[in-house]
Amino acid sequence: MNKTVSQGDLLAEEGRPLYVAHKRVHPQSVRGTFRTIKWRLMVVCLGIYYLLPFVRWHRGLGAPDQAVLLDLPNRRFYFFFIELWPQELYYFTGLLVLAAMALFLMNALGGRIWCGYLCPQTAWTDLFYAVERWIEGDRRERLRAAARPMTMERAAKRVLKHAIWLMIAWWTGGAWVLYFADAQTLVRDLATFQAPAIAYIWIGILTASTYLLAGYMREQVCVYMCPWPRIQAALTDEWALNVTYKYDRGEQRCSLKKSFDLRARGERVGDCIDCNQCAAVCPTGIDIRNGAQLGCIQCGLCIDACDAVMKKVGRKTRLIGYDNDINIRRRMDGKSELFKPVRPRTIVYASLIAVVCAVMLYALLSRTLLDLSVLHDRNPVAVKLSDGSIRNGYTVRLLNKRGFDRVVAIDIDGPPEASVHVVGLDSVTVDRPMIVLARDTTTELRVLVTAPVDDKSERSMPVRFRVTDIGLGEVASATDHFVLP
Amino acid sequence: MTEHNDIDRISGRSTTGHEWDGIRELNTPLPRWWILAFYATILWAIGYWVVYPAWPLLSNYTTGALHYSTRASVVNDLAGLEKLRGEKMAVLGKASLSEIEKDPTLLALARARGKTVFADNCALCHGSGAAGAKGYPNLNDDDWLWGGSLDQILQTIQFGARSGHAEAHEGQMLAFGRDGILKIGEIVTVANYVRSLSGLATAANFDAAAGTRIFAENCAVCHGENAKGNQALGAPNLTDGIWLYGSDEATLVETISYGRAGVMPAWSGRLDPITVKALAVYVHSLGGGQ
Repeated sequence: MNKTVSQGDLLAEEGRPLYVAHKRVHPQSVRGTFRTIKWRLMVVCLGIYYLLPFVRWHRGLGAPDQAVLLDLPNRRFYFFFIELWPQELYYFTGLLVLAAMALFLMNALGGRIWCGYLCPQTAWTDLFYAVERWIEGDRRERLRAAARPMTMERAAKRVLKHAIWLMIAWWTGGAWVLYFADAQTLVRDLATFQAPAIAYIWIGILTASTYLLAGYMREQVCVYMCPWPRIQAALTDEWALNVTYKYDRGEQRCSLKKSFDLRARGERVGDCIDCNQCAAVCPTGIDIRNGAQLGCIQCGLCIDACDAVMKKVGRKTRLIGYDNDINIRRRMDGKSELFKPVRPRTIVYASLIAVVCAVMLYALLSRTLLDLSVLHDRNPVAVKLSDGSIRNGYTVRLLNKRGFDRVVAIDIDGPPEASVHVVGLDSVTVDRPMIVLARDTTTELRVLVTAPVDDKSERSMPVRFRVTDIGLGEVASATDHFVLP
Repeated sequence: MTEHNDIDRISGRSTTGHEWDGIRELNTPLPRWWILAFYATILWAIGYWVVYPAWPLLSNYTTGALHYSTRASVVNDLAGLEKLRGEKMAVLGKASLSEIEKDPTLLALARARGKTVFADNCALCHGSGAAGAKGYPNLNDDDWLWGGSLDQILQTIQFGARSGHAEAHEGQMLAFGRDGILKIGEIVTVANYVRSLSGLATAANFDAAAGTRIFAENCAVCHGENAKGNQALGAPNLTDGIWLYGSDEATLVETISYGRAGVMPAWSGRLDPITVKALAVYVHSLGGGQ
């Protein structure tokens, strides 16, 4: 680009650029409270992700012994003691609602806690940074190296770095597919190239996406790809605690030496010594002192960096800390700080979480392991038989969610003198049809209900199908209609 | 494009050198990745021409290195489907009709196969739900012209009725009016008599004794003395509530005057034996099977 007037200058006049060319961020390592929290959370989250598929859970004969398994071919979802069938997918809806509400609540309390500590993009990028730092050195070494021509040693280091990155990415993709099949078997099959092609394809896709997102795109994902910062900006309010540079305390910035001189003369000088450590450690390459901004994922590393410097120069820590503009203004007005974690917004989110949890728990505890659904014939809806009686046909689907076969009886409460017949079940020796339900399956039956109906004043009447487990006494029922022609 | 050293003063960027009424065009090249992607599509197209059929010739087309043909792949897919289906269907072929009815797995398989075949071949006349129409029997009810047992249904599907097949059901409802066997007055009388058999209202001046006599002399041969019908002849039961063509006086007069001779095609030549078997099981399980 030809430069007489720089593009940056021009755009600065018009406001923020929509896109600026990627400048590589080289965050410096840092130690402190929030860094420690982040390391621990990373170990916990990634540990769960990588190892959960290998946790065993004994379920009995014929059922998979994996604690968490999404068995797509058999349409079963296992989560420890919970086994979900496709028609119970609303639990996932509930989980998604819960996740959204938890995100909103976190946001109302402490801003983008998700972004800074829990988001996979943050976790893996952090891990990739750690690898990079370990091999290529910290910020200064990398910046120095980047300015110099390439050497064999540096090339070798770079190859090593990418190799380790790819290994992490590969294991990330590998762990993903383990949730969809028996992990131990799949690992063996993958190693011996016996696994289905789809497993390799997914590992490939997730390896590539992890490698690219965490190794190359990094903060670009947060700034340009992720919708949450935009939504978050609309959802947050003035009481939420955000990583904030307390400019009431920090300004005017002044170098340490000069500040001593000025203070000695009794002039007011801010605590910020303009050491730029907060910007140097920032994984998204922003300067928090410019105020709340889109690029800030609120990971708190600048707090650690600033605290370290403040301790060194003997000033009070938390010049950067979790705070909000209300408190800055209150301090400037000489008032005391005020924190309001309990306010209508947080109460609403917390109540919604409680309600959804309660509903899900109730649904989970009250669900039966024997179930049925009834579908009335649509064509024809009713058949007149030669003796003048009316017959309706139904497709009855019986669900046996238990791990053993069992015998159930079908009967109905419906039109007077109605009789039930199950197609394919000729020898009805008792007064009601009996069916053997195989374990962990659905059984579809064609059921015919015949009734002599003299009173034609009503077009239809309710009919209740009831299945009773002969052994256990479990009962399930469903209501449909008996229709007249 | 030729290089211009013409730099726009305000933006500091080069221009294309084009100028219209003092307005100059900034040179804003497409991003490199975009250009590369564009070249890649060109390369892809050339590769495609080589590998796949692409160019029309005078009487043919370039077949491409792979000799790919959608027609061939469809034929291949169908063959694969048949093979896949064949393995499952062979089990149906080996089992007897009653075995299929008693085994829930085989029954479900036969019903599934029968349902699709029914929709393709039978629904045209009998309706998609097999509820029938005027002249086309309802297969859901318990009234059967030629018998409703599994074997009888199979027989009917295989050879049809009045289909021209050597083994087809044959039965004739005479045209009593057209052929001059009965006079119109007698036809009306016997029509009313038949209505009375299933409890339907009769005309005010209906002569029951005459009706009984005419029926006994002309109709009882096929429909039986008590009008219960005869499945060997396809003669319907006239005492129940189910009527193939309708039970009102005008329809009955028409039926008696001109006769009826509905045709059910024979399917044995058109559908393979296993499919016909599945179809019979499906029809039987609709609810009318005896």
